[in-house]
Amino acid sequence: MSVSLSRTFYLLAGLFALAVPLLGIYPVFMMKLLCFAMFACAFNLLLGFSGMLSFGHAAFFGAAGYVTGWLASVHGWGTLPAILAGTAASALLGLLIGAIAIRRRGIYFAMITMALAQLVYFVCLEAPFTGGENGLQGVPRGTLLGLVPLKSDVAMYYLVLAAFVAVFVFIRRVVHSPFGQVLKAIRENEPRAISLGYEIDRYKLVAFVLSATLAGLAGSLKALVLGFATLSDVLQANSGEVILMTLVGGTGTFFGPVAGAAIVVTLQEYLSDLVGGWVTVIIGAVFVACVLLFRRGIVGELAALRRRR
Amino acid sequence: MTQLFGIPVAVILGQLMLGLVNGSFYAMLSLGLAVIFGLMRVVNFAHGAFYALGAFAALLGLQKLGIGYWPALVLAPLAVGALGILVERLLLRHLYQLDPLYGLLLTFGLALMVEGSLHQLFGSSGESYPVPAQLQGVFNLGFMILPIYRAWVILASIIVCFSTWFVIERTRLGATLRAATENAPLLQAFGVNVPLLVAATYGGGVALAALAGVLSAPVILVNSDMGSSLVVVVFAVVVIGGMGSILGSIVSGLALGMIEGLTKVAYPEASNIVVFVIMALVLILRPAGLFGRE
Amino acid sequence: MTLKALTIALALPLAALPAARAAEPDVVIGSIDDVSGVYADVGGVGAVETMKMAIADFGGTVLGRKVVTLTADHQNKPDIGASKFREWADQNGLNMLIGGSNTGVSIAMAKVAAAKKVVFFAVGAGGASLTNEDCTPYSIHYVYDTTALANGTASAIVKGGGKSWFYLTADYAFGTQLQNAASKVVDGSGGKNLGAVRVPLGASDFSSFLLQAQGSGAQVLGLANAGTDFTNSLKAANEFGITKTMKPAGLLVFITNIHSLGLEVAQGLVLTTGWYWDSNDETRAFAKRFFDKIHRQPTMHQAGDYSATLSYLKAVKAAGTTDADKVMAELKRMKINDLFAKGGYIRADGVMIHDMYVMQVKSPQESKYPWDYYKVLKVMPGEEAFGPITGLCPIAPK
Repeated sequence: MSVSLSRTFYLLAGLFALAVPLLGIYPVFMMKLLCFAMFACAFNLLLGFSGMLSFGHAAFFGAAGYVTGWLASVHGWGTLPAILAGTAASALLGLLIGAIAIRRRGIYFAMITMALAQLVYFVCLEAPFTGGENGLQGVPRGTLLGLVPLKSDVAMYYLVLAAFVAVFVFIRRVVHSPFGQVLKAIRENEPRAISLGYEIDRYKLVAFVLSATLAGLAGSLKALVLGFATLSDVLQANSGEVILMTLVGGTGTFFGPVAGAAIVVTLQEYLSDLVGGWVTVIIGAVFVACVLLFRRGIVGELAALRRRR
Repeated sequence: MTQLFGIPVAVILGQLMLGLVNGSFYAMLSLGLAVIFGLMRVVNFAHGAFYALGAFAALLGLQKLGIGYWPALVLAPLAVGALGILVERLLLRHLYQLDPLYGLLLTFGLALMVEGSLHQLFGSSGESYPVPAQLQGVFNLGFMILPIYRAWVILASIIVCFSTWFVIERTRLGATLRAATENAPLLQAFGVNVPLLVAATYGGGVALAALAGVLSAPVILVNSDMGSSLVVVVFAVVVIGGMGSILGSIVSGLALGMIEGLTKVAYPEASNIVVFVIMALVLILRPAGLFGRE
Repeated sequence: MTLKALTIALALPLAALPAARAAEPDVVIGSIDDVSGVYADVGGVGAVETMKMAIADFGGTVLGRKVVTLTADHQNKPDIGASKFREWADQNGLNMLIGGSNTGVSIAMAKVAAAKKVVFFAVGAGGASLTNEDCTPYSIHYVYDTTALANGTASAIVKGGGKSWFYLTADYAFGTQLQNAASKVVDGSGGKNLGAVRVPLGASDFSSFLLQAQGSGAQVLGLANAGTDFTNSLKAANEFGITKTMKPAGLLVFITNIHSLGLEVAQGLVLTTGWYWDSNDETRAFAKRFFDKIHRQPTMHQAGDYSATLSYLKAVKAAGTTDADKVMAELKRMKINDLFAKGGYIRADGVMIHDMYVMQVKSPQESKYPWDYYKVLKVMPGEEAFGPITGLCPIAPK
């Protein structure tokens, strides 16, 4: 995308996002979508810009939701501290899982993250504070800094939107920073990055923790938006869905994961009304089609099309 | 009664035996994964789905065509293996030049499709497959009652696993297969039909999963989710054994089954996670896996 | 071109825009259930079918307004269930919702019911907390809960001589609730609880746990689990000959489970159900209508959906309005007499009180025709099965 075009696009997208509550679009749905978009962007930071495929990102998304929900509902923490604590918990978990997982590369990495995420799932199922399979219910949204009550969907929407924009801009910054360039170098040619004297493990770990942290932020917000944290966020299927979102939209593009999240979440919410239980089969087929036919994803393919012209 | 760590020895022996039964399934499934990964560098996420397909093939064969257990033991893996070859030729083939991660993603999508379709077509509650007449009844081992069928599972699995190991590590065919992973173009130049070899490998690996599916049909209810709950554990088994190591997958499959069995007496709540904990430990101490060479 | 395509991608969520409202407001009834997951055979498409049967039997209109339906699959995800419910309440004028299956999803939906003031029938979820800690003025728990199931099965078995119990418990809140409810009954009626083994959810092999149960020397094997956990554990118990020395007791069993297992394996099992298709001419006629469409006999959940829909429409008619508070008052006042329940009523805490049936699974020789699976051991009056009001629900003091 040329600079001017992308600027126009972001301007339009921004206007659209701001106007959502006025357009009569259902705000809870949009908030959920934004949370997943954040999650996918965080995931893309790892897969698209650092070349690591995690098959267990649901662990960070879900665990943060539990921590935030637990602090806000059981311990009466304020909205902001609860979000920050949830996010911090994910960062810590990311450090722990990342430290083990980055010892291996490629598919090994994918399988290790998957197995460790499974471990997190069992902890969430059994731990005394998670409410087991019923989840933590009735999480209050609270008030922002003691000023803005978030009970109204519109207020909450703008909070989520602000968080989303912050994450989006932050990821752009990271990718364009010298740190991001090293990550890119590692992704393209790991041995060369090593021979250039970079301690690649440290870089990879930082990238992993960053991604886990942002995924956690998304999960924390989602728990507040919907008022509960449940097992479906920690499930392996959720790890698969975030991969699908990123893949459909376009790995390694900035806007791709957002478009992908929009498509997948909309499909799940509205397609199942039309086709019933076949929705799993259709999602599987989309996966296969993406891998075989358009690996660059929608945004990636469009950008490639434009470059060719 | 003699005790060990406060648990009667008879109980421990019993649990080890049952663990061995589960280990047999782990071994057969991880063996198929290891064969496919070793020769094709594809992590076959659809392995659990093919396992379920094997069981469903046996079930449908019995219900619709009157094909009994013994023929199904051969026919179901053949049918599913043929399907595997089709999958390799139509889909997987296009991904060999790319990052192996794409193979993982493709088979992940495939697993969703297969399991979703089985669920839609056969419902969620599952169906029973009868234990074949010749294998009904139990052995009384003194320290436990062992159903004859479970003993048969152990026997069948050990035969299948070690003959697969023998074929790949000790025969000419196996040597050709291994050569294909080292240098496919060279082998092609020698006049070996490498694409056919690869397709057959995938078909073979998948057929092993289907065989495990048929073996498990009389033990559990045949349902669409039977594979997806197992596949993650089996992945962990493969990582522990060392990806692509045939012997590693067999030995660690059996061993982990037994360790899991012991956990079920000592601390039942943890029996689902013990495999993952061991995996984390192995990765910290020996990243290539117990039998892996890198 | 790129810009246009991207804008389209961005506008995709616009599909969420509200549908145009009709001028004459219809009475909108929704069903959010598990259509694609583990409970799909128990509720699923069949549950939607019985809801529509009830509307048709009622005449399709109430107060001169058309009755329309909305249906969705929550995929066992509370976020999908709750946000669908909120959306329908906010944008489609939803008057009543039936659904659940999954307790987690049901609790999430009950919170929405309270916030949006929409009548909510929780059908098919077991968790008794729906009418205790998580109760709301707008939720009704239909068909069964963990208390009623455990009361029925445990008291009947202890009275029949099964004094000592050992439990195979699914290691999660629902399993624990079932086990606790059953142990209380066993204790209270002079039996003994010898222990329990907690089995991780979705375990692929139950034999190890079963051997531990056998080692306890108890007379009764209490299966405090559900779904495939239940069927696989009973199958293994049969294979290891444990059902010869211990009497199996199912604490949550649907008729579809028995159908999957087959009578050879399931025979002799004692269980409790809220409804059975082969009870009388009325239920058989209903079952036949259902079978012709779905090719299975209806479960208690599906019959409950029928009854809940019918009761709601009757209450609306009697109250002369769809106002949720007035309809709830009417629902808690009226008697429920239909093919599901005789003399049933909805208690202040939201529990629908009706007779429960303690059943024993027939042997293959006793079974005369397809789906002839149960014989009645005991009809348990609703008050006894569901127990007294606990006082945990603030709107229903002890």
